[in-house]
Amino acid sequence: MTRSGIRRLIAVGALTATGALILAGCGSGSGFSDPGASEGSGDLTSSDDGLKILIGSSGDAETDAVNAAVAAWSEESGVEATVSTASDLPQELSQGFAAGSPPDLFYLAPEALAGYAENGSVKAYGDLLGNKDDFYPSLVKNFTYDDQFYCAPKDFSTLQLVINKGIWDAAGLTDADIPTTWDDLASVAQTLTADGRVGLAFGAEYQRVGAFMAQAGGGLVSDDGTEAVANSSENVEALDYVKTNLAQGDFAFASDVGAGWGGEAFGKGLAAMTIEGNWITGAMSSDYPDVDYVVAELPAGPSGQGTLQFTNCWGMAADSPNQKAALDLVEYLTSSEQVLSFSQAFGPMPPVQSAAEEWKSENPTLAAFLTAADYAKSVPTNDGIASVITDFNSQLESLKTGDPQKLLDTAQSNVEAVVG
Amino acid sequence: MTATVSAPRRAGRPSGGVRRGEAVAGWAFTAPVLVILGIFLLVPVLMALWVSFSDWSGRGSPFSGNVNFVGLDNYAAITAEGGLPTRDFGTALRNNAWYVLLVVPLQTALSLFLAVLVNRAVLRGRGLFRTAFYFPSVTSSVAITVLWLFLFSASGAVNQILGAVGIAGPNWFNDPSGVVHNALGAVGVTDGPAALTGSGFLGLTWWDWLSGPSVAMSAFILMAVFTTSGTFMLLFIAALQNLGGDVDEAAMMDGANAWQRFWRVTLPQLRPTLFTVLTLGLIGCWQVFDQIYTGTQGGPGKTTLTPAYLSYSAAFLDQDWGQGAAIAFILFAIIVILTIFQRWVLRDRPVSKRRARQYELPQKKKEVAR
Repeated sequence: MTRSGIRRLIAVGALTATGALILAGCGSGSGFSDPGASEGSGDLTSSDDGLKILIGSSGDAETDAVNAAVAAWSEESGVEATVSTASDLPQELSQGFAAGSPPDLFYLAPEALAGYAENGSVKAYGDLLGNKDDFYPSLVKNFTYDDQFYCAPKDFSTLQLVINKGIWDAAGLTDADIPTTWDDLASVAQTLTADGRVGLAFGAEYQRVGAFMAQAGGGLVSDDGTEAVANSSENVEALDYVKTNLAQGDFAFASDVGAGWGGEAFGKGLAAMTIEGNWITGAMSSDYPDVDYVVAELPAGPSGQGTLQFTNCWGMAADSPNQKAALDLVEYLTSSEQVLSFSQAFGPMPPVQSAAEEWKSENPTLAAFLTAADYAKSVPTNDGIASVITDFNSQLESLKTGDPQKLLDTAQSNVEAVVG
Repeated sequence: MTATVSAPRRAGRPSGGVRRGEAVAGWAFTAPVLVILGIFLLVPVLMALWVSFSDWSGRGSPFSGNVNFVGLDNYAAITAEGGLPTRDFGTALRNNAWYVLLVVPLQTALSLFLAVLVNRAVLRGRGLFRTAFYFPSVTSSVAITVLWLFLFSASGAVNQILGAVGIAGPNWFNDPSGVVHNALGAVGVTDGPAALTGSGFLGLTWWDWLSGPSVAMSAFILMAVFTTSGTFMLLFIAALQNLGGDVDEAAMMDGANAWQRFWRVTLPQLRPTLFTVLTLGLIGCWQVFDQIYTGTQGGPGKTTLTPAYLSYSAAFLDQDWGQGAAIAFILFAIIVILTIFQRWVLRDRPVSKRRARQYELPQKKKEVAR
């Protein structure tokens, strides 16, 4: 071999060695660690590590409230805890889990629970909670996957009918006219449709239209979550009702009146009524403070009253080194006093029954939202259902001209693929 | 990098002498880049390739013992099984294909047109025009997307201008209807023939494939043309300024008019730049992500869903990491194949006999005849 050949060889060898060393450093570091072996619900890890908490905040009010509550707990327990807000919570969580360094506690949406539970990322700690029996049973069910109660609901919201008082009074309607049946709703919507405004506007999505399906006695999956029932006759009846009114122009989807969501259509006076959850109160006071409104329960359908509820829970990472402290913090954050102060700070409803009376007396005009906790249905939580709902939503956008039966048949085949 | 090292060897020069040590120096200088590219590009790409063949669920290392090789399962789920993942992938491909089909030719033509305009020495204030046309390219795509959402909202500036001339503009970003379908609908064709609706590809019927970009996607297409034309205009200006004036003058002496000079003289000389612009355009268009992520997230009716965004949402939002990686690799294959195809189309060809005959001198023709 020539001298330059040998030199080349040495150079290449050195290069390979450097590369291999760097790669090895990368591999053995904390970048990718294997998930722990034990996944039972009884054995919580314990250490002196501080807690990292990741929240998807709705705004400064929420961030400040959570910060203050966590700081107070830190003071009491002597365990350090830092709260950070995510700009894109699902993405940051996924990155944390993939890298093996997730936050100890985090906001977790019910539709994301199944995916994380399936791959062992989250800890099922629900049964260890001291205040377990205080949570609304429907919320507990929402966060139960494979018969395990995974995480403590942090708050919840329900959909109700929000009515513009000014327009309502101007149309000569009174409290006695507040609709209690589908026919009533259609007729007041017709009365209120005038002056370039629709009677009722709401988002073109399952998360709103689903309330009508619940009132008809339908849903995407059966109550126990094991059967696809998307194309049931109840659902067809609900969509037919919505379609008829959309076609008549008394109902409209928010996007069709040029609004981003129901609250915007309502606040701008493009609609006299809307179907939204209690988060609308924050938007009304900040963006449309001059609009006077009342909240009424949604009318009953053929199968009685029905609405949808939305919630998040405090997820705990299976890889968290200090789960004992995390559990303690969750109990603190879901205590009756604490959830009531959250409610005052940024508006959500307490997930615990012991706080219900006090919340109702503090918010008499919003009582309808909390009353619905008794009959509200949850958005399905099966693994993979999120993309099914996204697909269903994309079809609902053309409900006005579409065929409800065909639309639901498509949804049925999609739901069947993820259920069971 | 390697070429500089091996070239002297190929030339057969003896090693040593003044060139001794160059190989080591060459490797020493390129090593940092090779290591950085290896760690931050090659290794992640190979890891993603492994993920696309595995059942990794997004927790812990993809190389740990409980992650299994599943062969082509992930690829099958998005291409062959016919369920929701297949239909989503088909929809995303359909949307993006229309996007590419319209954006690439439009932006190339527009940027060339602008470049020719502002390249003229006689044009006053051409510096100003160049800056004005280039300005959208340097603005962040997020900012432009937000601007676009305002401009194209139901009561936005675009619809007000359309309204001023008596056209009721669509509700742009909320209209999922395809423009080809709409055009057909205007002449009374609302349902496709059975041949098109009966069968299909990737979960969509052929009729769906031919729907055209949705109205919402059309707004994105306009935006892409608006923002990228400036960049490519700059490339074309640089190329135009490198062309010698003599060839043009010779053509002028031969009596070619401005139109002929552009098509027969200038454009063929721009072929290398044209190749660059088309390739960059193709790659950029197949990777469209920011606008979708900040703008519509795939809505309305999934008509602005693109494979790049679908790959992200499958992995990060649905925890289907294998499918997300598989989509990314199919996208990679599409881009490579189209680039090769385009290179083949634009290759240097010998002048055809028919074309050559047009340029032959008359007396030569006579000679041949004799």
